[in-house]
Formats: sequence, C-alpha cells, structure tokens
Amino acid sequence: MSQIEQQLINGLALGAIYALIAIGYTMVYGVLRFINFAHSDVLMLGAFAAYFLAPLSERVFGPQSITGAICVVVASSALCAGIGMLIELLAYRPLRNRPKLAVLITAIGVSLLIEYTCQHKAVFKAETKPFPRLFPSQDFRFGGLAISSNDIVVLLVTVVLLGILWFVVQRTRIGTAMRAVSFNHQAAALMGININRVISFTFGLGSALAAVAGILYAMKAPGIEPLMGVQPGLRAFIAAVVGGIGNLPGAAIGGVLLGALETFAGGIPGISNYRDGIAFAILILILLFKPAGLLGRVQTEKV
Amino acid sequence: MKTLATIQRVMAVAGGLLLATGCGPGGGGGGNATGGANTPAGGGEIIVGEYASLTGKEATFGVSSHNGTQLAIDELNAAGGVLGKRFKLLTEDDQSKAGESATVVNKLIAREGAVAILGEVASSRSLEAAPICQQAGIPMISPSSTNPKVTETGDCVFRVCFIDPFQGTVMANFALKTLKAKRVAIFTDVKSDYSKGLAKFFKEGFLKGGGEIVSELDFNGGDKDFKGQLTTIKAANPEAVFLPGYYTDAALICIQAKQLGLNVPLFGGDGWESDQLLKIGQEAVEGNYFSTHYSPEAGSENGKRFVAAYQKAYKGELPDAMAALGYDSAMILADAIRRAGGTDPAKLKGALAATKDFDAVTGKITINPQRDATKSAVILQVKEGKFKYVETINP
Amino acid sequence: MNHQTGAKRYLVLAILLSAGVSTFSHIFNRYYLGVAIDVGINIVLAVSLNLINGHTGQFSLGHAGFMAVGGYAAAVTSIQLSPWVPPALLPLVFLGSLLLGGLAAAATGLAVGVPSLRLRGDYLAIVSLGFGEIIRVVLQNMESVGGASGLKGIPKYTTLGWTFALAAITVYAIACLVNSTYGRGFIAVHDDEVAASAMGINPTRYKVTAFVVGAFFAGVAGGLYAHHKQFLSPTGFDFMKSIDIVVMVILGGMGRTAGVIAAAILLTLLPEVLRGFADIRMILYALLIIGLMMARPQGLFTLGRSRPGTT
Repeated sequence: MSQIEQQLINGLALGAIYALIAIGYTMVYGVLRFINFAHSDVLMLGAFAAYFLAPLSERVFGPQSITGAICVVVASSALCAGIGMLIELLAYRPLRNRPKLAVLITAIGVSLLIEYTCQHKAVFKAETKPFPRLFPSQDFRFGGLAISSNDIVVLLVTVVLLGILWFVVQRTRIGTAMRAVSFNHQAAALMGININRVISFTFGLGSALAAVAGILYAMKAPGIEPLMGVQPGLRAFIAAVVGGIGNLPGAAIGGVLLGALETFAGGIPGISNYRDGIAFAILILILLFKPAGLLGRVQTEKV
Repeated sequence: MKTLATIQRVMAVAGGLLLATGCGPGGGGGGNATGGANTPAGGGEIIVGEYASLTGKEATFGVSSHNGTQLAIDELNAAGGVLGKRFKLLTEDDQSKAGESATVVNKLIAREGAVAILGEVASSRSLEAAPICQQAGIPMISPSSTNPKVTETGDCVFRVCFIDPFQGTVMANFALKTLKAKRVAIFTDVKSDYSKGLAKFFKEGFLKGGGEIVSELDFNGGDKDFKGQLTTIKAANPEAVFLPGYYTDAALICIQAKQLGLNVPLFGGDGWESDQLLKIGQEAVEGNYFSTHYSPEAGSENGKRFVAAYQKAYKGELPDAMAALGYDSAMILADAIRRAGGTDPAKLKGALAATKDFDAVTGKITINPQRDATKSAVILQVKEGKFKYVETINP
Repeated sequence: MNHQTGAKRYLVLAILLSAGVSTFSHIFNRYYLGVAIDVGINIVLAVSLNLINGHTGQFSLGHAGFMAVGGYAAAVTSIQLSPWVPPALLPLVFLGSLLLGGLAAAATGLAVGVPSLRLRGDYLAIVSLGFGEIIRVVLQNMESVGGASGLKGIPKYTTLGWTFALAAITVYAIACLVNSTYGRGFIAVHDDEVAASAMGINPTRYKVTAFVVGAFFAGVAGGLYAHHKQFLSPTGFDFMKSIDIVVMVILGGMGRTAGVIAAAILLTLLPEVLRGFADIRMILYALLIIGLMMARPQGLFTLGRSRPGTT
C-alpha cells in the first residue's frame, strides 16, 4: 500500500520539475507561437552556471549553506535570463515577421549550436561532471515512506515560483502586457505596448525558470553533461502541449501528470521497459479526446 | 507541369555534381589528423583509423576510449614506431549516432587508406561498422564492445575485451558465493545492448546456481529519475541488486536507492569503472561491487605504468575501463603489425588471431578462435571512496 | 497532357542515367558512393515528408518512425528470403522487400493518420512524435529483430542506381499526385481547410492520403537504408532523425519539391564536407543552419518563384 503513496511522492517530485520547464515553453508559445527548442539547453546552462558558481559561494558563505545556495540559484537564473533574452534578440527577433517554421528551424539550430559548443573540449567537455551539493540533504522516513529533503525543496520551490509567476502574469503591468501580446500582437502594439520589451521579458522569465529547473534536476541527479536538458526538455514540451500549449496552469498540470505517469509506468515489471512509450501512448489518448489539451480552448476557425 | 521538368533538371545537375566530387582525386580538406607530433610525411607511416563517439549521448565513453588509444599511439611513436614506421591515427567522430559509423569507417578505409580500424565502445555501432571492414578485408579491433554478435560478423573483426556471457556468469557466481545472496533483483538499461546482454547471462547463471530473481525492471540509459523502479525493487525485498549499466546511470541509481532506503549491495559490470562513479555517487556507492578487467592494485607493472602515464597526459585524470581498453586495442594492433612484418591485411589478420598472452594493461590477453579476448576478470568494491580489489576470476 | 509526357520523358531519362551510373559505380571510391546513396535516401525521405508537411500543411514529427517500420520490415523480408532464392532473382527479392517495407509503413501511416485527424499544428506534431517514439521503443523491445543491439546481417542490395531510380520515382509519383486534379485538394487543405471543405473537398481524406503516401515512401527509404548500411538499430530512428528530415523540408521551402531536393542534398553533403574541421564541425553546421534561415527565411531554393499562400 505504501508503495502507491511512495510512487505518488516520487512522481510529484519529478513532475514538479517538468512543470517548471513546461511553463517556459508555454510562455514563449503564448507570445510568439513557436516552440523554443533551445529552452532545454538553457536548462542545462543553468545547471552548469550553478556548477561553476558553487565553489565561489562556498568560499564566501562556507560549505553547504542555505544562503549560499539561494545566491547561487538567483545568480544562475539571472545569468540564464540574460542568455534567453540574448538568444531572442540575436536569433529570433530578426525573423519576427517571417514564417513561424523558419523560426522553428532557427530554434533547432540554436539548440544544436549550444549543445555542440558546450560539448567541445575547450568549453564543458562531453563528460559527466559531479554536481556539487548546494545544501545539506537528509532523508526522512514516515513509516514505510521515504522522502528526501531534495524532493521537499523541489516541491516548495515549484509552488513558490508558480505563485510568483501567477502574480506577475495576473497582477502586474508587464504581466497584463504579456497577456495582451499573447492575445493579439497588433492590437497590443496599437495600445502602446512595447512588443519587443514584452517578448524579451517573457524569454527572460522563462529562461530563469528553466535555470531553476535545471539546478533542481541536477540536485536530484547530480551528474551533469551538455545534453542533460534534451530528455526533460522533450518531456516538458509534451507536458506543455498536453496541458494546452499557451496555458500556464495547463503546463503545470501537464508536467505533474507526466511525472506521475512515468513514475508509475517505471515501477511495473514488464512495463518499465516500455516506459518511454507508455507516457507517450497515454498522452496521445488524452489528446485524442481533448484535441487542444487539457485546459486549452478549441479555437473554431473563423471564415 | 513546369515544376516536374525543373525538378528533374535539378536532380540531374545534383547527381552530376555528386559524381564529380566522387571522381575527384583526394577531394577537399584532409582528414582529422590527430596523430602524434612530428609524424614524418610520405610512405613511412602506418595509417590507423579510429571511429569513436566524441560528441553526442555516449561521448563520455567515446572520449575516454579515444584518449587511451591516442596515448598508446603517442607512446609507440615516441619509441620510434613499429618496423621503422610511425603511426598516424585518424579519428572520426560518429556523434553516437546510428548510420554515422558506417559512413566514417567507409571514409577511413576508402579515402584515407587506413590499414586497420579501431572502435567502438557501443556494440551497436561496432556491429554497424563490422560488415564494412569485413567486406574491405581490413582488420577491425573493438576495444570494448562486449556483445557476442560483434565478432561473429567475420574473420576481420576482433576485440580486446571479454564478452557478456563470461562477465554475466562471473557476476552470477559472485552473487551466489561471495555475497551469499539468494534473492536478487535485476535493473537493466533497455537502451543498451551491453546492459541487456549482461543481464541475460547473469540471469541464466544465477538461476542455474539456485538463486531467485525477485524483480526485473528496466530503465533507459540517460534517464535521471529511477525512483519509480527502485520503489518496486525495494518492495520485492531483494538481498542484492544487479545493475548492469554505465557509471553515469549507476551512480545516480545508487544515490536514489539510498534515498529510498534500499540498503542492500548493488553490483554491476565493467561499465561501472570510472573515477566519476565515486565523484558523482560519493557515499551512496560505498560498499557496492563490480567486475572489471584489471585493478591497478593487483595488476601488473604494466597496468600501474599505464595509470601513471595516463594521468600525466591528461591533467591528472584517472583512466577508466574504456580508456584502458582503448589503449590495449592500439597496443595489440602494433604488436600484430610487428609480428606480421607489415600491414598486409591477410598477414595482419593472421597475426592478430595468433595473439597469445599479450601483456596488456588490462591483463594477459589471448585471442581465441572466435576472435574474442580470453582474459581474467577482477572484482572490485568501493571502500572509503576508492576501488578495492576483492578477487580475480580466471576464464 | 503534353507536359505530362515531357515529365515522363525526364523520369525515364533519370532512371536510365541512374542505371548507367550504377554499372560504373564500382570505379568510384566507396566512401563517396556511400555518401551519394545517403543523399538519394534523404531525397526520398524529404520529398515524402514534403507531401505531409509541405503540400498538405500538416506538421508531422514522426517520419523516422515510418522509416523504421519500413526498414525493419524490408530487412526481415530479405534476410528470410535471400537464402532460398537463386542469385539471379535477388533483385526481385530486394524490390519485393522494399515494397513490403513501404506497405508496412503505409499501414502505420494509416494508423497514425486516422486518429490524428482531429488535431492540428503542434498537437499533431506531438502525436506524430509520440507515435515515432513508441515505434522505436517497441522495436527496442522486440528481441526477434535484435532488440536494443540491432538487426545485423542484412544483405547489401542497395546500389546507387536503385537509390536514384527510386528517388526519381518518388519525386515523380508525388509531383503527379499533387499536380493532378485530385491532388489540387492537398494544396487546398494546406491553404484553407474550411474553404476547402466548403468547396466539397474532404480534408480528412486528403490528410490521411498524405500520411499514407508519405509513410509509404518513407518506408521505401527505410528499406534502402537498411540494405545500404546492412545494420539497423532502434536508436537510429529517434526523434532527432525526424527533426533532420523536417529541417530539410523547411530549409528547402515547404511544398517546393525542387527546393526540398536541393536542401536534402545540401544537408547530407554539408556535414561530410565539414568533417575536415574536426571538432568544431557540428558547431559550424548549426551556425550554417541559423545563417541560412536568416538569409532565406522562405526556404533556400525557391528559384525566384513564389506560390501564393505557401508562407
């Protein structure tokens, strides 16, 4: 019995990370209507930023201090926010009024560029690096249940970030502008909204979330390498679509759902070898019954 | 219908262009020469081709293997080469991608004129390149592809590592006799033929010895979350968990097993051997076991010298099993060229097949009639952040 | 009608040329020969995906899955049959296996196409991607076709002549299909689904046809690939392979066959040409893709013509 509860906890801890990544995909899709393939690489850069910043913070705050960890996370996300905005400025903005598919290919190009540059022996190298421990971790036992402090941190951080994000999108001026841009570019521009600024902000926010997700992911599995973002990135992309792409709560729900599905599928003998496929199969089923995702609205085409 | 005409014209032009490049002598830019410094130009060189996964998903292993091979070639050249000729190592990256190894091996043989091919780590990529070497009659030596099928391709394909059936049986006996475990769970990487092969032969040996497999679960190499499977394994209450796979995954699995309170020994194969296992896994890998090719501790003088030389060449990095085997593959090739008195493919094949008790860094290697290496295995345990020698098992 | 026969003449010419080249192919360097065959296979893949993504305006990310089904089906057929057949009939076995591979892939295309009809754009992309991955995972677990370690011992039947003859047939067949009266419906569905159905065109039927035909040729390409590389492994058909083909189609200019062919040639040769740059090769490759997309966002090889509504 405790096995099912244990799996639920495992699934939630994994799904929370997917949710954070999925939100980045969905936000960019909301304002620009294309899938930012480079998002998963920003996640990897976030983990590497923390990898290089951790020794620095250790010197200032001492080993495994909470303050140090927070500083590392904030600095890494700020760095990644900058990288995300830079990618948008250099690679996507020149193609703003071009076919969406051209932007998509550029995004794939940017993704390959980051991955291969980071694998180069003069940059990070291809090998797996041990991710430092940012703060002390502990495993708690409740009867038959095991919860690692990392899992609790992941859940807490996700919930807090989702709350902040909700506030930003719903209650601030820039958030309102984001919603306006996602609703209609031209109308928003006519209302005096600086579209470039809003899009840039969206990329920054999404990339910062990706960086946090990357660090949480690296804490969960402390071996980082330049392709570490590909797999969670793909999963999060699916989660975003399942939730209804462009829909923020949808992305969060999709992420948690996918995490739970994967965890349960992994735990069943005879099915665990199909784990990669099962998650997809169930998601396809969901999409067949809800063609615009769980929370997405079906748009009737106007004639 | 003008489109069609245009299309056909484009195709014809493209075809012509292709053929033109195909006929051109030598073609454009040269190969990726990474050979030792000061290789004299001209006919005084022995061109050795190597294909490895230098980028992509399995780059970690490809780079290690390449580093080992490169070190061997550099050492050989520093000692004046073989038969008065120096080696020129041409390395091509197959990006860990299917389809690429066939192309690059074709290039190494047909365009660069390699007299022998070294590679790969992953059996699936060795299997792709093997028929090409076989058809060209050029010997290929795989450093660390353990799948039995690799050398079945033909008499040109050799390897310097032991094969899955041997290692699987060794680990089954180890579990039964040394760990005294009767109930074991198996956790396999379904993406990796290496892991699947080891699991299969382990299971056969373990069941034959009277053991019981309580749970069999799978993961995909490169996964980062294993708690779903580990929760089920824990519920099955095994006395030990057999975990054939690579160290990148194994270290993470050990960590997550500890987090879930699965406190039984985990043990695996030679894919575990790397300094990274210790650095990533830290205290979570303590007390776990794996089988591998050699132990610097109990190993020969040659093995110790190799570790020192490798550390010197690569900024203090410790060699893993892949690096040691990459080194051996090049050394065995050099030895065979020496004995064959040249690089004539037929003679070279004969000399390789006749390799006997070669003092390699991973132990004494004899090539058997199946062109596989017969050699002993050692079992190591992680203790106080180091690999400790447990026992040697002879074939 | 005159143009039609003109096109046929070109087709015959192309096939004869391929056959002619093939008889002399032994004198070429095996590496160049191999790359040339890769080019041909990629042309088949890109042109067939172009029917789905370009002409019909769907967004499929599962082409590697169809290729895998075709490749495995063809390989198993020829491995099983070859020992029983006299050598003179081996080309027939090869053709038969390619056809079977194509049909198997077409059946898969039907299975993917029909349930995906309700989906559009990115949702269709995710479903096709999902199907592609499921195919890979299933193959990975099928021990009868080698499982994760792959299927070895496939006879080497693919030659330059076969490849380019089949590439020519693919281009011809798809161009004829799209340019026929019936086929105008694909473009109508691409341009405006609602308007198309108002004109009495059944978008569903066209979408399924596009999927089935596209999958068929992808399956044939898979068969060619299998008998070229002589080895298949499931990891070769992951979603990155699908992405590679999608890049060819988009870079060539969606729906523009000549451009797509040129992009397939370029994107196959480019990585080979860049091999001389060793470890920065793939970095350059990525930069070139970005650069090309910046310079020619409408697709590389539009040959100065534009068709309304193909943006």
